[in-house]
Amino acid sequence: MSLPVRVGTLIVAFLAVVGGVIFVVIHYLLAGPPTVDYSAGVTPNSGQTVNIMLQEDAQNTVSNHPDWVSYFIKDPKTGVWEHTTLFKVPAGSTINVTILGYDGCTPLRNPFWGRVTGTAGDVENVNGKPVSTLDSWGSCSVAHTWSIPSIGLNVPVASPPTLKENNNLCATSPCTSGPHTTVTFSFKSPTLPGDYFWQCRVPCGLGYVDGFGGPMQTIGFMTGEMEVVS
Amino acid sequence: MAAKSGPNVGPEPNHAIRLGVSWLVLAVAADLLIWFVWGPHLPPGGMASQADGQRFDIKVMAVMAAPVVVFVLLYFAYGLVVWRHREGDDEDGPPIHGNARVQTTWITVTSVIVLSLFGFGTYELYNSYGAGAGEGPAPIYNPPGAELTAAQQVAPWSPGKPVVVQVIGQQWRFTFRYPQFGGFETTFLAVPDNQWVQFDVTSIDVIHSFWAYQLGVKADANPGVDNVAYTKPTHLGRFTVRCAELCGLWHGAMFDYGRVMTLPNFQAWASASNTQFASVTKLLPPYATTYDPTVIPLFKLSPVLKALGVLGAGGGYYPPNDPTQP
Repeated sequence: MSLPVRVGTLIVAFLAVVGGVIFVVIHYLLAGPPTVDYSAGVTPNSGQTVNIMLQEDAQNTVSNHPDWVSYFIKDPKTGVWEHTTLFKVPAGSTINVTILGYDGCTPLRNPFWGRVTGTAGDVENVNGKPVSTLDSWGSCSVAHTWSIPSIGLNVPVASPPTLKENNNLCATSPCTSGPHTTVTFSFKSPTLPGDYFWQCRVPCGLGYVDGFGGPMQTIGFMTGEMEVVS
Repeated sequence: MAAKSGPNVGPEPNHAIRLGVSWLVLAVAADLLIWFVWGPHLPPGGMASQADGQRFDIKVMAVMAAPVVVFVLLYFAYGLVVWRHREGDDEDGPPIHGNARVQTTWITVTSVIVLSLFGFGTYELYNSYGAGAGEGPAPIYNPPGAELTAAQQVAPWSPGKPVVVQVIGQQWRFTFRYPQFGGFETTFLAVPDNQWVQFDVTSIDVIHSFWAYQLGVKADANPGVDNVAYTKPTHLGRFTVRCAELCGLWHGAMFDYGRVMTLPNFQAWASASNTQFASVTKLLPPYATTYDPTVIPLFKLSPVLKALGVLGAGGGYYPPNDPTQP
């Protein structure tokens, strides 16, 4: 084999390996759920209002973990429910949140998180009625929570209350029909830009020790980040 | 060491004297620097008796270790400079034989240092009631008035007793329960100045580690275990609270601040918090030294939950064969 052929073979082999590494890094390691942008057209720190919408389902049939509980976020531009838990809001704004609770009730490991904190008036509206504390053990009232610890926000997301509803939950996500609650509340986004993680506090990782693995530890399911931009 | 003789070689200097004098000067200088210059800035500071004790202990250990380190480094440097191979000198060095006096001295001195540090450390653990570390559910070293059972801890606080704070680790936040002040739970850690504080550290999910840095307290938070640690704040102000055990996705964000208050301010804060959290306090399980919500009496469980079951996701614990898919 001549020297040019050997050199050419070496270069091709080298490029193939480099290309493979780049593909693996981009496709597997850097791949993640999309970020839904609620900041477009809003001036940060102007006190303007942003409306964001989420839903929580008992399953995620659009992922490779169909039996994991999951949040979805509605894209304000397309109206499509995105399989993601990442969203972007402007700093210093009033964030009006609507969460559709399609999952059934499960008690909180720590009933302390049944108290609403960090929202306007420390209340949430469950199907239009203001509530400040939910008893997740004494009634079928909580499915998950939506909590941003660094800003003191904790909202127990109400569940459909009856046994009949809990036995007939929506089974295909993102849900568009079926028993559910509508939870609304408002909070002020931080004035400082940054990434603020949020999580669920109900141990809803079925099949994992103490319910705290799987979807509880995976972005795109029961935890994510609120990106605050200025 | 090579003892040489010959027409061009002078008398061998007294290396022991040279080394000894140099070591003495350097060791004393190092110890003075450690004690007076570096020492006051050593972690974890002096905000509490336990923190101050830990700083003192680190200073003592550093002062004891410095002469040994100085001797090893000095001997190494001296050997490189004085006994290095010189050009034209191809003569073998003299054979090395054991030196019983040097060996005995080395073993004796290092043994004395280690054993005296052992004695010192044991005394310090006793003297500072565990030095701020978690002592488990049955502490050996307890300050006066310490109460270890739940029945004792729910009795209202009175002067002379440690203020009991139950630390509850959970992904990814610590919460704090005050059984002597009505049993409320909060996300804010406040402790009074100049009072013994008893932390009963536990977890409701995975293993965490409660680290109140400036208070000199660090105790593992294990589910189902009451890990008791003591401290006595001596300065007012803010301190940091971190989790020191990798506990999941957002472990790095498990960070917050606490505050040391005057006793009257602390009592006022506790009273106000008890009122503020009354609506959720009544939903909490009865106070226990470990935190297991499955002890919530079954009569509190709603009929729907009784029908649906609360296994796993419901706050219950999986059976011994876990993990299982319910």
